[in-house]
Amino acid sequence: MNESSSYVRHFNWGKLGVISVPYFWFVMLALIPILIVLKISMSEMELTSVSNMVDWSNGWPTVKLNFSSYLFIGGDALYIKTYLSSIKYAFITTLLCLAIGYPFAYFMARSPKHLQPMLLMLIMLPFWTSFLLRIYAWKTLLVSNGVINNILISLHIIDTPLLMMNNSFSLIIGMVYSYLPFMILPLYANLSKLDMRYLEAAADLGTSPFKAFWLITVPLSKAGIIAGSMLVFIPAVGEYVIPELLGGPSTLMIGRVLWDEFFSNNDWPMASAVAVVMILLILVPMAILNKYQAEQAGSKS
Amino acid sequence: MSQVSNRVFAKSWMIGVYAFLYLPIITLIFFSFNDSRLVTVWSHASLRWYGALVNDSDLISAVLLSLEIAFLSALMSVFFGTFSAFALHRYTRFKGRTLLSSMASTPLVMPDVIVGLSLLLMLVSIQHWLGFPQRGLFTILLGHALLGTAYANVVVTSRLREMDIRLEEAAMDLGCKPFQVFKLVTFPLLIPALVSAFLLTFTLSFDDVVLSSFLSGPGYSTMPMVIFSRARLGLNPTINAVATVTIVVVSAAVIASSLYQSHQERKRKREMALAYSNKNS
Repeated sequence: MNESSSYVRHFNWGKLGVISVPYFWFVMLALIPILIVLKISMSEMELTSVSNMVDWSNGWPTVKLNFSSYLFIGGDALYIKTYLSSIKYAFITTLLCLAIGYPFAYFMARSPKHLQPMLLMLIMLPFWTSFLLRIYAWKTLLVSNGVINNILISLHIIDTPLLMMNNSFSLIIGMVYSYLPFMILPLYANLSKLDMRYLEAAADLGTSPFKAFWLITVPLSKAGIIAGSMLVFIPAVGEYVIPELLGGPSTLMIGRVLWDEFFSNNDWPMASAVAVVMILLILVPMAILNKYQAEQAGSKS
Repeated sequence: MSQVSNRVFAKSWMIGVYAFLYLPIITLIFFSFNDSRLVTVWSHASLRWYGALVNDSDLISAVLLSLEIAFLSALMSVFFGTFSAFALHRYTRFKGRTLLSSMASTPLVMPDVIVGLSLLLMLVSIQHWLGFPQRGLFTILLGHALLGTAYANVVVTSRLREMDIRLEEAAMDLGCKPFQVFKLVTFPLLIPALVSAFLLTFTLSFDDVVLSSFLSGPGYSTMPMVIFSRARLGLNPTINAVATVTIVVVSAAVIASSLYQSHQERKRKREMALAYSNKNS
């Protein structure tokens, strides 16, 4: 049935209802809050609240925009360093997840069909069990008197404990560990649909398996690679819990700065400005992700 | 490389990744049965920390609060997620569809700190005008329900994509009103997806620490908030005991539900096959 023709015949109340319920929900809880952050980032902190953007004291509305928070971020070397270091850690995490996850997803897609649901569930299961507890578990493994060091010392492999905690090593391990399933799932979904006949044709034409992999498999799984990378990179930039529990003073992450501005300094405009700049940084990766997801949805139907 | 060495490489790679994923979980469970106050040094097996858990009233009340929030927010998430999945999947052309679909996918990837901060600043503004809501259970609930709706939307949408639209069309042809079609055909077909969405959003809420920290008020500490504040201070054997209980319960629920779903799926396929063979004979 053509949707638009039924629209002409009678106004479709059911459609209006079905659309307006989620619309109202997301506008209230996703769109308006971001606009409020934008507004507060351009206000000043007053005693217990933030200043009003529209000033009525002259009898007519005057819009006061205050860019002091942004100027502070732009002029402070530490903020810029923190943003760059967040991007660096998110980028390293994404690369490592891809390097570990791509072969894994490839092998999983090639394993016997009846085993695949179970292999997939074993990837999903840690994702279901508490993220916080799994990060805490790494702490027990990596600290100086932790499980790994104790084992290595008792086996006389090392004499002094390795420093694996509260540095970039522990931070990256924690991030790769937490985000790996987000990389594997879209890659597996993509690779398991790969038409094997392309590879057979290439083999028939004398292409070596290695060359066929780079010329056929990788380009055809581009959508999965991009989706997986964005799903890892975007949340990793703003990660708070992992750097707080596993990172150290030298591993600067912007999520922690936002948290401290808000909870320790009570500086709402500053926290909001930090958030707005973070959103600007992840806007391009988000647009790429949306584009590929739309393309994938389009190719399916 | 020969075929055999290829296969050995593939297998060892996969075993390595699974070991990486499960090593921390196994360590947590193992040391929860350790008698020593030191989390990382094994003395001898005991249930000491499980005993400590039973008497830990802070933690128990936090667990109860988390369960309550997880249950309610999962219900809300499934409700709104189903609506948005229907809106986005069934109506491909309406004004603002792109806006709706990007609003529905944003909470999936947006860093938690931004979602938490933005929701809190909005709720504070509303409170400024209207005098409510107070920060507490309700505000945490809203945050978790927003996140959950985005996930439920994905789960229900993928089910709607697989669903055979002809079943609904047949019901319509047989004279069902749209609501009857939904009640008798669409809803029963959606139940497996709604159950998965409920489980997923329940565990997401039960797991969240960042949104809860932003949105909670005095006297409202969820279980992850209590664990997080203890984990920040250092290693604590009661966390291992809590972790083991959580992991066992969640894994059992996930495994049971996936077994149930694959059983239902097989049953449905059998019935379909039976229906077709009857028609042909």
